[in-house]
Amino acid sequence: MTLSIPSIHYLAILPVLILFGGAVVLLGVTALVRGALRTSIATGITLLAAVAAFVSAFFQWADLDAHGPSTTIAHAIVLDGFSVVASAVVAVSLAMATLVAHDWFHREGVRGAEYHILALATAAGAVLMTQANDFIVIFLGLETLSIGLYVLVAFDRRRATSSEAALKYFLLGGFASALFIYGAALIYGATGSTNLTTVSYFLGANVVLRPGLLYAGGALVLVGFAFKVAAVPFHQWSPDVYEGAPTPVTGYMAAIVKVGAFAALVRVLVSALGSQLTTWRPLLWGLVALTTLVGAALAIVQRNAKRMLAYSSINHAGFILLGVWAASARGSAAALFYLATYAPVVVATFAVVTIVGGPGDERHTIDSYRGLARRQPWLGAALGVLLLSQLGAPLTSGFFAKYAVLAAAVDGGGGPLALVALLGAAIAAFFYLRWTIVLYADSPEGATSVPVPRATAIAIGAGVALTLVFGVWPGPLAALAQHATVLFTS
Amino acid sequence: MHSSLWLTVLVWLPVLGAALALLARRRPGAPFAVAVTTAAVELAVSLIVAVLYNDHLAGAHSFDFVGRWVLAAPFGLAYDVGVDGISLLLVVLTALVLLLALLGARERRAEASFVSWMLLLTTFTMGSFVARDLLEFFIFFELTLVPSYFLVAHWGKAERARAALKFFVYTFAGSAFLFTGLLYLGFLHQHEVGGALTFSDSALAATAMSHATAVWLFVAFAIAFGVKSPIWPLHTWSPLAYAEAPTAGSMELSALLAKLGSYGLLRFAVGLLPLALPTVRPYVLTLAVIGILYGSALAAATPDLKRLIAYSSLAQMGFVTLGIMTGSTIATTGAVLLMFNHGVITAGLFLLVGFLERRRGTATIADLRGMQGPAPVLAGLFTVVMLASIGLPGLSGFISEFLVLLGAFTTHAWWAVVATLGVVLAAVYLLWAYQRVFHGQARDVDQVPDATHPERWVLAPIVVLVVVLGIFPKPVLDRITPAAHQIVATSTATGVTK
Repeated sequence: MTLSIPSIHYLAILPVLILFGGAVVLLGVTALVRGALRTSIATGITLLAAVAAFVSAFFQWADLDAHGPSTTIAHAIVLDGFSVVASAVVAVSLAMATLVAHDWFHREGVRGAEYHILALATAAGAVLMTQANDFIVIFLGLETLSIGLYVLVAFDRRRATSSEAALKYFLLGGFASALFIYGAALIYGATGSTNLTTVSYFLGANVVLRPGLLYAGGALVLVGFAFKVAAVPFHQWSPDVYEGAPTPVTGYMAAIVKVGAFAALVRVLVSALGSQLTTWRPLLWGLVALTTLVGAALAIVQRNAKRMLAYSSINHAGFILLGVWAASARGSAAALFYLATYAPVVVATFAVVTIVGGPGDERHTIDSYRGLARRQPWLGAALGVLLLSQLGAPLTSGFFAKYAVLAAAVDGGGGPLALVALLGAAIAAFFYLRWTIVLYADSPEGATSVPVPRATAIAIGAGVALTLVFGVWPGPLAALAQHATVLFTS
Repeated sequence: MHSSLWLTVLVWLPVLGAALALLARRRPGAPFAVAVTTAAVELAVSLIVAVLYNDHLAGAHSFDFVGRWVLAAPFGLAYDVGVDGISLLLVVLTALVLLLALLGARERRAEASFVSWMLLLTTFTMGSFVARDLLEFFIFFELTLVPSYFLVAHWGKAERARAALKFFVYTFAGSAFLFTGLLYLGFLHQHEVGGALTFSDSALAATAMSHATAVWLFVAFAIAFGVKSPIWPLHTWSPLAYAEAPTAGSMELSALLAKLGSYGLLRFAVGLLPLALPTVRPYVLTLAVIGILYGSALAAATPDLKRLIAYSSLAQMGFVTLGIMTGSTIATTGAVLLMFNHGVITAGLFLLVGFLERRRGTATIADLRGMQGPAPVLAGLFTVVMLASIGLPGLSGFISEFLVLLGAFTTHAWWAVVATLGVVLAAVYLLWAYQRVFHGQARDVDQVPDATHPERWVLAPIVVLVVVLGIFPKPVLDRITPAAHQIVATSTATGVTK
């Protein structure tokens, strides 16, 4: 018997290879140098890998234009516009978060390249999830992403909350992974394949007479994803983890977990289980309504900036889910657009939180921000813009992100759901604004300016610039997102 | 047909002014000078537009200065501007109130930011009034929240934070309904006609829909516009916001932003959803009449002069809503004129209250007392503006209220009868307040200066407008009537039924 090796289209997996490659190179370098590796070298290599992954997305796009979407490695990996745009977003998030972490390392006096190796590996996992066309590959990406993050969350060894958060994340995350893989197994049992395309064909061509197995599998997979993106009622871990994790990690996590998990969720629900629309839509309806409303409502009572942003991120997850709920090319494009605009904003927001947090990463009460914009107008204004973007004010990308998902939902017959989500956004406006009031309040006695290191400033500037540019001129990105998903649902 | 460039200048010039003001923030007085210059140019341009506007263009072509550019096709986002007689009047009002607010209610604390927010607010308000695309209107409409929020939150009084937050969240929640509704309408149109997604006013007007859909959309639109306008019972944010805002903020809120609500109701709810009107009309009319009576009653009872104007605005805006909803050309014309007149009058009242506050440090009626003796000119100016607000014949408030009631009597006599009570009540609460503020024995030493020359000059245009429009409103009415007729004609036609 001969073992047949499936053909590999290397361009399709180039970003994953680059990011993993970067991790391996760093691992090798740390083993070869005496003592701890200098942070700037680790940062440099990570940035290089992120930029290379971003650039490779352009080559992938050119290939797509010439040959159209394709699958490779026995149809387990897909190269389409959706995956290309999503991987580019992961690369941008990685680059921005690395810049923030660089200064954090200096401030906290931490050395070594463990952080960077893990960040590269998790980014590779996220990219793999965006390209996965098979439940097994999704699981592979999910675990690569998650296991790295468990360690990153525990990275601040001086603070007990960091380890506590990691343990909580690990236990619940492991549980979610187990649910997911069990659900995938049940779907395999019902349809005879783990490949998303095959599942889709099978369900399109056959009527499942006893759908219990399929439904149970689909529900478990959905719950697994809901855990990962912190959709209500599977969100309880997220505020604690966001609060406990080192702040640069929180921002990074908030961005790439969403990109990876939502990209995979779109593929599973809209593509593979698209024929079961009527079954999963009501479930998702409930998830969206709960996630947008509860996320916003619980954020109001928080006094800690990181917990507040955790709930805000839950609220945003609800909006992205709304795009998935629409179950159309428009909805998927909207979810992609939302992810592409939200990721830089959330990384930049947490970058501001990182520098305000100060040495020891502990000043995170809302009072630490009192008068910030009076002491440091640029920093304050940047945070103001980022918060307004998350609020969804026009002239920031946040508005068009919300617009896109709501339009898709209304188009898909979800007017009431869109209204519920918007009311959630109105509740959320409350705490974003309260934060800006604090920002512009009079500076208290003895309050001192926080240093703004250069690399972090670049990351914040990039986040602000992206949100303003896409807020004024969303056309190209919207067209890109739309183009990326044209062939996707057909 | 004139170039849309005029309107583009009107919309974006204040942004330029705001940028210059911020650049000049280190030099004392410079931001203020930049802002006032910008506002003066803005007013001049708006007057040129008003004169150039061709009121002989009737019917479907009553829009002038039109131009349309699609910005983001997947979103149906377009920059689409134009004015008809209705928006023209509000454009002039916007420019006028900006200049008066800057001159009459100067804030010296963090002046560069203050004037920048004021100028930005003008851009967004102007943008809403010249927008001929529902999505574009919505974006400008939403954007007005940001500067007005910061104006109230920073330069307001003791409870400013709460007032600003309440104002923002109420309006934002109201907008949620409008947003959902406009998306629904846009897709309805796209599914019918095919082609690209568009929110162009003229395209959406031809959308065929079922009666139930029209009613639901109307309700959604009316909630958003009713919060802004305000229409009873959605007004609860307004007394707090008006009272806590700085004088310039109160002027912008009541004279302009409230008009955004009634303008939206007329242009987009009544204009785009005529099918819903027979069903919703009695309800909205009833709410308007309740607002008139309720606002008048509370205006009489409130101890604070700024809250009094807030409640009186609720009553006056009730008249506007009444006029818009009756479906008669006369009443609609009157309502539009009332929007303008109320804008001018309420701006004047808030300015005057601001002057009183400067002297006494309070707007509480009981603490003001006896201002007539030391400040006779101030009292005289207050009298003129107040009498216009009451609706004394010969002053501007009369004509507009009269037209509204006249039109309403022909179509909805019972509502008009009850609403007329509001005219009487307005005389009661305003005269009573006047008595308590200006008459009586002054509380302490009478070292209160009379109106200074700058203060007199700021009020001069208001007094002139109040008198001139009271005697000779024809040029203005000539411009409003074709536009009002246009909207009424489409809304009384059966509409496109499915």
